[in-house]
Amino acid sequence: LALPNAASVRNMATHPNGTSESFVKIPGIKFTKLFIDGEFVDSVSGKTFETINPSTEEVVARIAEGDKEDVDLAVKAARRAFDHGPWPRMSGLERGKILTKLADLLDEHTEELAALDTIDAGKLFATCKAIDVPHAANMLRYYAGAADKIRGDVLKMSRPLHGYTLREPIGVVGLIIPWNFPTIVFFMKVSPALAAGCTVIIKPAELTSLSALYYAHLAKLAGIPDGVLNVVTGYGETAGAAVSSHMDIDKVCFTGSTEVGRKILEAAAASNLKPVSLELGGKSPLLIFYDADVDIAARIALNGILFNKGEICVAASRVYVQEGIYDEFVKKLVEKAKAWVVGDPFNPKACQGPQVDKKLFEKILFYIEEGKRQGAALLSGGKRVGEKGYFLEPAIFTDVDEDMLIAKDEIFGPVLSVMKFKTVEEGIKRANDTRYGLAAGIVTNDLNVANTVSRSIRAGIIWINCYLAFDLDCPYGGYKMSGSGRDYGLEALDKYLQVKSVVTPIFNSPWL
Amino acid sequence: MAARRISCLLSRSLTARPASSALFHRGGKASLSRGISRYSTAAAVDDPIKSPVQVNYSQLLINGQFVDAVSGKTFTTLDPRTGDVIAHVAEGDSEDVDRAVSAARKAFDEGPWPKMAAYERSKILLKFADLLEKHNDEIAALETWDNGKPYEQAAQIEVPMFTRLFRYYAGWADKIHGLTVPADGAHHVQTLHEPIGVAGQIIPWNFPLLMFAWKVGPALACGNTIVLKTAEQTPLSALYAAKLLHEAGLPSGVLNVISGFGPTAGASLASHMEVDKLAFTGSTDTGKVVLQLAAKSNLKPVTLELGGKSPFIVCEDADVDKAVELAHFALFFNQGQCCCAGSRTYVHEKVYDEFLEKAKARALKRVVGDPFKGGIEQGPQVDSDQFEKILRYIRSGVESGATLETGGERLGTKGYYIQPTVFSNVKDDMLIAKDEIFGPVQSILKFDDLDEVIRRSNASRYGLAAGVFTQNIDTANTLTRALRVGSVWINCFDVFDAAIPFGGYKMSGHGREKGIYSLSNYLQVKAVVTPLKNPAWL
Repeated sequence: LALPNAASVRNMATHPNGTSESFVKIPGIKFTKLFIDGEFVDSVSGKTFETINPSTEEVVARIAEGDKEDVDLAVKAARRAFDHGPWPRMSGLERGKILTKLADLLDEHTEELAALDTIDAGKLFATCKAIDVPHAANMLRYYAGAADKIRGDVLKMSRPLHGYTLREPIGVVGLIIPWNFPTIVFFMKVSPALAAGCTVIIKPAELTSLSALYYAHLAKLAGIPDGVLNVVTGYGETAGAAVSSHMDIDKVCFTGSTEVGRKILEAAAASNLKPVSLELGGKSPLLIFYDADVDIAARIALNGILFNKGEICVAASRVYVQEGIYDEFVKKLVEKAKAWVVGDPFNPKACQGPQVDKKLFEKILFYIEEGKRQGAALLSGGKRVGEKGYFLEPAIFTDVDEDMLIAKDEIFGPVLSVMKFKTVEEGIKRANDTRYGLAAGIVTNDLNVANTVSRSIRAGIIWINCYLAFDLDCPYGGYKMSGSGRDYGLEALDKYLQVKSVVTPIFNSPWL
Repeated sequence: MAARRISCLLSRSLTARPASSALFHRGGKASLSRGISRYSTAAAVDDPIKSPVQVNYSQLLINGQFVDAVSGKTFTTLDPRTGDVIAHVAEGDSEDVDRAVSAARKAFDEGPWPKMAAYERSKILLKFADLLEKHNDEIAALETWDNGKPYEQAAQIEVPMFTRLFRYYAGWADKIHGLTVPADGAHHVQTLHEPIGVAGQIIPWNFPLLMFAWKVGPALACGNTIVLKTAEQTPLSALYAAKLLHEAGLPSGVLNVISGFGPTAGASLASHMEVDKLAFTGSTDTGKVVLQLAAKSNLKPVTLELGGKSPFIVCEDADVDKAVELAHFALFFNQGQCCCAGSRTYVHEKVYDEFLEKAKARALKRVVGDPFKGGIEQGPQVDSDQFEKILRYIRSGVESGATLETGGERLGTKGYYIQPTVFSNVKDDMLIAKDEIFGPVQSILKFDDLDEVIRRSNASRYGLAAGVFTQNIDTANTLTRALRVGSVWINCFDVFDAAIPFGGYKMSGHGREKGIYSLSNYLQVKAVVTPLKNPAWL
């Protein structure tokens, strides 16, 4: 992911002035109902909930509120589509063509889709337009190209037996996704699931339903058969819980917090033991070694924590700097943070929009207060910006200890803890001293340090001299309480496939 | 699945229908031979239908430009229906190959092609596939005009398959993985799969477009640049397709197309010191020459897809009607001009008589005629050389004592049409049972035991493919493993999906095309090793 370069942005008013309309035409909201079996429908209860623009705190739309009965209907449709429909019976080529068509439709609507995520989540419009939506389209193309390459193995049996494996679609899949990347995570889950031949019920986060419903509309236009992709908007406690405990769902994939991940796994265990893949929280370390170019290191650190307002599970929220360059690093970091522009996410000059909602905004402020109370030094930022909307100045703490709350918990906001270390071994030990294991960064020119640290850190992705370098072909997911299973790459397909072994005796084989 | 349906359709008979995949599902027997009289009265000798296309590209394609040959020479490409000239085509020779190789070298060494993100390459290939869909019928018509194959086969099966292969390889471009591999000691080891460089590719005339796709598709997906030499009998469709590929965004110099002859253009490509890889599809004799030239020049690795004399084994428990139809298709498809043609039909003695009678009847019903006409199953052979060679083999069959059940003659007086020919009582040591005839000549042989048919099937210098017709799972498994061939089709034949690898044992060639296996033809593997200091695990 290309990142906004803070240094290139001149200081603009750090409050949301002017109107978003002065930057881009804000689209009307077209889709607010549940999408079940190929149709937009009201929820059974008739209830709706509000979705709010975090830049303005104004209601954008009322969305149908799905609950258990709606999930039941969606599962029925998905079940029928899987058990009797054309989708899993089509060739991978044919599924791939439809997914490619959907990718083309995303490309045709990039600006409108980007605007929906900006309105709904406070994400930077320019980034959504340049990265999130095109990346989602490319993800569809990637998995479209994978759909006809799912293969089993022919096995080396120890007796005169012929054995092979079939990799079959797992069935009806429940997907529960978060609000921080409404578009990317939607397709990160949906694309491999559909490529594998599964049918899907997806529950978007209640904070960000808009683009998901739009994608349902485009999916229908692209030719995805009815019942294959169902979108049930609503809350985790109701709709999400119904998905995770449903007896007719064969698999659940969830991206979100560790606490909710645990509930989902418990619900799956208590119902039909469906396998669950989890992408959960993180408290990812970035280790900067003394031989690093300090300027580059400071840029990597700043982008690592501030990208997407810090609302990213792989945020580099613990930065460990080797002594010797610590002071210089902190100086550079604070300089760069001061040039970081917070403001209207539709303004192309903004580096950071508002946090997604009031609850998160207040939680982040709580952590900042807690950091100060526990004795960390707040070098920069940490205050609300403006009167309206959930805008925050990036907060940089130094003198942080590992037992402080800000160094242990996932804050999910623009709050960075900087710490000092001496030896490679100490750096590794402290980096691993967390219940999470999602990602880590290393900044060094020393080949041995890079290799040793890469293998020593218990995390699912290691970025050396870069950070947030996501790629379609590059799997990512968590160790420890950051989850299980992998998204991206061909590994992601595994979550949506069963393996069946087929064995039969053979006679007079000239080889075994 | 699609190919299986296609095979079904082909194995019945192509009737005049618009191209539509939905129709492939039907293709019911009811439509089998309606309105079809036996070949001898089919209108093979009517005045040829005027080709619906013009020839727009007849020069060499070098560095993104259509250019004349350095020598200024041209050669004629002929319409196999009449032997008349279709077009004068630039005749590439050694100087032209040099120019093409330099262009490909520069495009490889300087980029942008191999340096591009793989998904960008992928997008260009997808765009190309979209353009092919738009121009499906023109390309198919060129193919039929130049090669003589039925237009419906070209338009409904081959060009769509051509397109499909490029979509398949587009999907591979961004999924080419090296490995990280374990070491015995404290070492970190990775393998990088790098493009091999400039690939020289020499393709035959029997499936000009499909052979283009089998070669060009994986080479481009892996990031290589190419000099492609087409067969002198069929230079036209490749030039058209290459033009579209450039329209889709392929950078100049990445794909260069040289029309010309084997001993000149082909030989200079095979022996070129700046070509890093060679791939050839054609006869075993030419394959030997190509491999020698590579060995004598720069030891470039060579992929070869050569001849075959593939057995089609009909067991005693087979459904005879289906076996007859499929054995007929396995041999006669594409005028018998398939390297994997089922040209030795081994039939179990218990069903031999019934099979023979029905196979003969089926051959008699085969519709031979102008390939542009609807409902035609068989057009002319590609050129007079092939035509004469096939007639010589037919004479040899008769002279060696095989029973000529039907056919055996030229059809009409113009063009290269040959009657569908069936021999029975064929013995393994007859020339028609040993040599690759590459024409519409079916040889039927009798067997009575499984071990015997395995031995006889394998007693060939070739090892390309085999057909097995049985309902018994144990027979199927035994034959599958015992046959020394690169493809075994059980109760089907000529199923050629993009993901199914194809290639030969023995003198049928080296390497595999299509599928994930084809990528390795165009990749170098680089092992990267570095010591680890205090690794957390090994």
